[in-house]
Amino acid sequence: MSVLVVENLRKSFGALRATDDVTMTVEPGEIHALIGPNGAGKTTLVSLIAGEHVPDAGHIRLLGRDVTRHSGPKRARGGLGRSYQITQLMAEETAEANVAMAEQASQGHSFRFWRDAATDGSLCEPARAALDRVGLSGRASTKVTDLSHGERRQLELAIILARRAQLLLLDEPMAGLGHEESIRMTTLLRGLKGDHSILLVEHDMDAVFALADRVTVLVRGRVIASGPPGTIRRDPEVRSAYLGDSLDEATPAEVPA
Amino acid sequence: MSTSTLRTPAAPSLRRGVLTLAWLLPLGVFFVALPWIQEATGVTWLVSTLTRFAIYALAAAALNLVMGYGGLVSFGHGAFFGVGGYVVAILAHHLAEGDALLGAASGSALAVWPLAVLTSGLLGLAIGWLSLRTSGVQFIMITLAFGQLVFILLVSLEYYGGDDGLLVPQRSSLPWVSRPSLVHVYYASVGLLALWLLFTARLVRSRFGAVLRGLRQSERRIASLGYPARPYRLVAFAISAAGMGLAGALWAEYARFVSPDMAAWTKSGEFMAMVILGGVGTLAGPVVGASIYLALEQGFTVLTERWMLLFGPALVLVVLLGRRGVVGMVESGMAAWRARRG
Repeated sequence: MSVLVVENLRKSFGALRATDDVTMTVEPGEIHALIGPNGAGKTTLVSLIAGEHVPDAGHIRLLGRDVTRHSGPKRARGGLGRSYQITQLMAEETAEANVAMAEQASQGHSFRFWRDAATDGSLCEPARAALDRVGLSGRASTKVTDLSHGERRQLELAIILARRAQLLLLDEPMAGLGHEESIRMTTLLRGLKGDHSILLVEHDMDAVFALADRVTVLVRGRVIASGPPGTIRRDPEVRSAYLGDSLDEATPAEVPA
Repeated sequence: MSTSTLRTPAAPSLRRGVLTLAWLLPLGVFFVALPWIQEATGVTWLVSTLTRFAIYALAAAALNLVMGYGGLVSFGHGAFFGVGGYVVAILAHHLAEGDALLGAASGSALAVWPLAVLTSGLLGLAIGWLSLRTSGVQFIMITLAFGQLVFILLVSLEYYGGDDGLLVPQRSSLPWVSRPSLVHVYYASVGLLALWLLFTARLVRSRFGAVLRGLRQSERRIASLGYPARPYRLVAFAISAAGMGLAGALWAEYARFVSPDMAAWTKSGEFMAMVILGGVGTLAGPVVGASIYLALEQGFTVLTERWMLLFGPALVLVVLLGRRGVVGMVESGMAAWRARRG
């Protein structure tokens, strides 16, 4: 059973067709990359899947359940985890508290009014484990405001890992990262492969072709190609629309954003 | 900092505990001994002023729960203060008239105060449920509108004095005290303020508090973790309204008089001023804010009846100097001092 099924999804903002009849799936344990030029509607599609926008038509199925009419929080409870292109973190809290918040959400409702959450071992221990997994164990008690941009990206990942989501929607996890940091993030994501099903929106083509099992190319809201990375790389339509000629040199890192 | 981290991890928390006790203990002794201090010094306004302080601080602390920790600027919290006061006054009125309302009006504070708290809390649930569909400036306006609605409702209660307000014929009886004096109200107010602060301290650090603080900092993140925002904010709003009701009930016992002014938007504004002055989203902020507010009121009224004219600029100054009020300034000052000391 597919983890995520998107069927004939449509969304318009006025005259702009941001999502135009998109159909795609994410299979268990795979990394499915979603690429396309700026303004192709990648973030809109992610927002539709995450439940932050309501589609005009079409269906979204998460782990076999039709979630098209579910709110964002309800989809999150149904197994969907999302990271943001612009990091969304609790800026005044420590890294550990941010992850503990996710662990807390995994344990059900939070109408508990008395016990100190910061010293609750059932929250802190899994939080530290998740921080450890993304290589942030040394920064657990650092406030978010004192973390570097790259560390915040890692923290975003730790949060959705602690949320124990089956499907991870990663919206440009490499955005703004330096070369070294990108490589570290790629290694990190490769480590998640198999355990998690991932829909990866990314501009960094090195990362996409290193990680993805399948690639879907979005242009002006439409899917123009979908398939294994090798096929996509050779697809003439994709090359003219997006990848350009830089791929001839087999150094796809310089693809214009 | 650099030296304390070298010690065993238990040492700093122990030291902090001792430090807390070092200033909390004399403070407690002062509050307990106050009636005797008044007698010894002959300063007749001490107990009365500090009762007012405790009640204002309680109200400000209750407001701070939504305003500071929840990031929801409610401009209608005076309504809950007023309703709490009216519950006490109306029950006392009927008791004196000999037609005890609801049967619960045995005149015992143990029945009357919880009823005031419950009424305000339920009203908070209703107003919050309607208001929390909005956010930002709209939320400020809609809570202001509901606050004014309650105000007008109280004005229109002709039977209970309307515009003129209602006298409280006798105070609610306390256990072992059938006719409490001002001193008893004073002790009750200070005690309940301490309990409320303890409750708030626990609440904001609990799982519920974490969600509430998280919603203020990044609503999108909290939503993407699976939390719907409204139920959590609504519960916080209702708890805050209940605390406001308790403060209003104590005010009725203290002043032995209630009037619609308790629920007016100006009252909501006063409580907001206290929270902002002391420090939004800090535990001590509302208490500090209430004491400064009362000190200025007490001090400036000697100079001029229009003491608000002086209070206004003072408030603006504090807001301009730091977002976290007086408590924030003290905290950053202490941090700077510690840094300079190495």
